[in-house]
Amino acid sequence: MRIRAQIGMVLNLDKCIGCHTCSVTCKNVWTSRDGVEYAWFNNVETKPGVGYPKDWENQKRWNGGWERTKSGKLQPKQGAKWRILANIFANPSLPEIDDYYEPFDFDYDHLKSAPEMKAFPTARPRSKISGQRMEKIEAGPNWEEILGGEFSKRSQDYNFEGIEKEIYGQYENTFMMYLPRLCEHCLNPACAASCPSGAIYKREEDGIVLIDQEKCRGWRMCVSGCPYKKVYYNWSTGKSEKCTFCYPRIESGNPTVCSETCVGRIRYLGVMLYDADAIEAAANAENEKDLYQAQLDIFLDPNDPEVQRMAIADGVPESWVEAAKNSPVWKMAMDWKIAFPLHPEYRTLPMVWYVPPLSPIQNAAEAGHIGQDGDMPDVRSLRIPVRYLANMLTAGDEAPVISALERMLAMRAYMRAKTVDGVIDTAIAQRIGLSPEMIENMYKIMALADYEDRFVIPTSHREVVEDAYDLRSGCGFTDGNGCSNGISQGSLFGGGRKKKITVPSEAF
Amino acid sequence: MHDILFGVYPYIALSVLIVGSIARYERDPFTWKSSSSQLLRRKQLIVGSILFHVGVLTIFAGHLVGLLTPIWIFDALGISHGAKQTLAVVAGGVAGIMALTGGVMLLHRRLTDPRIRATSRFSDTGILVLLLAQLILGVGTIFVSLQHLDGHEMTKFMAWAQGIFTFQSDAADHIRDVAPIFKIHLVLGLTIFVLFPFTRLVHMLSAPVRFLFRPGYQVVRSRRQTPLPKRSAQAGCVDATKPAE
Repeated sequence: MRIRAQIGMVLNLDKCIGCHTCSVTCKNVWTSRDGVEYAWFNNVETKPGVGYPKDWENQKRWNGGWERTKSGKLQPKQGAKWRILANIFANPSLPEIDDYYEPFDFDYDHLKSAPEMKAFPTARPRSKISGQRMEKIEAGPNWEEILGGEFSKRSQDYNFEGIEKEIYGQYENTFMMYLPRLCEHCLNPACAASCPSGAIYKREEDGIVLIDQEKCRGWRMCVSGCPYKKVYYNWSTGKSEKCTFCYPRIESGNPTVCSETCVGRIRYLGVMLYDADAIEAAANAENEKDLYQAQLDIFLDPNDPEVQRMAIADGVPESWVEAAKNSPVWKMAMDWKIAFPLHPEYRTLPMVWYVPPLSPIQNAAEAGHIGQDGDMPDVRSLRIPVRYLANMLTAGDEAPVISALERMLAMRAYMRAKTVDGVIDTAIAQRIGLSPEMIENMYKIMALADYEDRFVIPTSHREVVEDAYDLRSGCGFTDGNGCSNGISQGSLFGGGRKKKITVPSEAF
Repeated sequence: MHDILFGVYPYIALSVLIVGSIARYERDPFTWKSSSSQLLRRKQLIVGSILFHVGVLTIFAGHLVGLLTPIWIFDALGISHGAKQTLAVVAGGVAGIMALTGGVMLLHRRLTDPRIRATSRFSDTGILVLLLAQLILGVGTIFVSLQHLDGHEMTKFMAWAQGIFTFQSDAADHIRDVAPIFKIHLVLGLTIFVLFPFTRLVHMLSAPVRFLFRPGYQVVRSRRQTPLPKRSAQAGCVDATKPAE
């Protein structure tokens, strides 16, 4: 047993409105640079759909994540180490930029500078890579927005496995949901395992998975290794980049940019304590459907005094143990069992979890006749097939998803009875195995979702790992390369180049 | 002139290679990379890159062993100079053709693909052209070598290379009378050494062989400067058998 702490995230898909504020704010902060125009550390997909990059969930094609070999060993799906090295000259599983989309901009200047002509001038697209005119934009970061495109293409969605999907192409039966995606900061990251340079690492203190830009050599095995396709190769710098979980913000106790700016208040951040020695066994569960439970089993109860004592002995700061007790992630994943990992079958033990969305009743005309389970509609009559959600969140095991949806429906029924009818309906609570207090607490965290309930982030304890005196006059946050920006402007021999200082008032 | 090119220039080239690489690694580790363009265009790269790399690495290893192994080792092993030359010509020829084919594919892709062309730096295209020229010269020497199969010519180059590495001031004399194509091949090779630290070729030095010996798969970094006390020292706690890295 070795206790470590990680800041985990939960996204309540039931409240996601698909506004892309998270994606846009993330883009503005992190990837509005050359080489990563096409990269979205956070993106929001409309499901069902093949997503971004196209078909990312199809691991037969991309070989992301881990697999359990016949001899019961856990190894990256793209192969053992020698196999990865053998592909170093050309990685057969690497997506091409067209699998994401060719980044483009528009000739806005033409609108101003066009000469007088018969037709109204238009701003036509240009490739951001080659600079050439693009006659037709074939793809974008959100190409299937609100079920855009033909069903025949969108239904290639991997999550339809085991579902008679044809009927969902019909207008009456169609369904959709949003899926915001970011790096999962896995407990068993396949990107780090695939990195031949050892440049990708998990931070011991908060579990954030980062790429050391100075150590990355651009072997690009992480891009194919990550089953979520959340590592991006920067074609300009030749290095891989990924979501940083906004670690400078997390360190100072602030939520990530995507969480901070989420208008639907769907994102939650909190500490999870886990047993680092149990990771390998958990990720190597024989049956894929057991992986969700296996991950639950390595989380440790922060309210257990023995766990608290051992966590502190293992170097987890006391303020982190304290924060773990109030962690909304713990509550949703462990207390109420309403949050699930995305594709646990990839065996990466992801740490960004999702609350499945409720959806309208399948057939409005039959609304009066459908299976009512007491005061609540049967979750099987919801528009989004349970199997679809289970394929996405529990490797196909429907029972936990049904239970979660029932609890969310029960919360609504209970609170409706309480606030509309003024009745405390304990029967509802009992039927789903929760106490009225727990339902009230669920309501507070999930429905009201106050800022301080959503984000319980202890500040990092830099004082125990570094001497602030050594850091004075440092260069702060850089894109790697120490304090150098990689561009040498001065003479190699220290010629008399004078330093030019620009004061802000002169800059404009 | 001959003495400068083959007696002095090798030392300049090797010094630039070593000092330049260290300086770049120390000063600008961010720029140390393979600069793969596979993301932008897969076409031609898969076949081209594999042919090129396998070929070049074989040739590189062949040159290293062939030139720097003292000749008495071959004599002791009973390998005649003629046999050694035949081996070099055959292996080098096959690898050279592989590398040349791959290299031509890569250069064609680099020059004609709009995406690759637009994102190529001068050094990327330049070093590829130089490597191709070197490969053509290298393969070209085979035709000269076939004129004299006794392996004597080759021992001259071995004597020269080993002379350079053992600081013999008369090393250049060994190759005073070899065919011009060999001399051009040598000078261009040394020039590639000079350019090495300033191009993407540096990625060769960080070939991730250590990956194979990395314990486990995961990498966990801690900023802690003092290690945590051993678990067994804590009463009542189970001893941590091994870290999860």
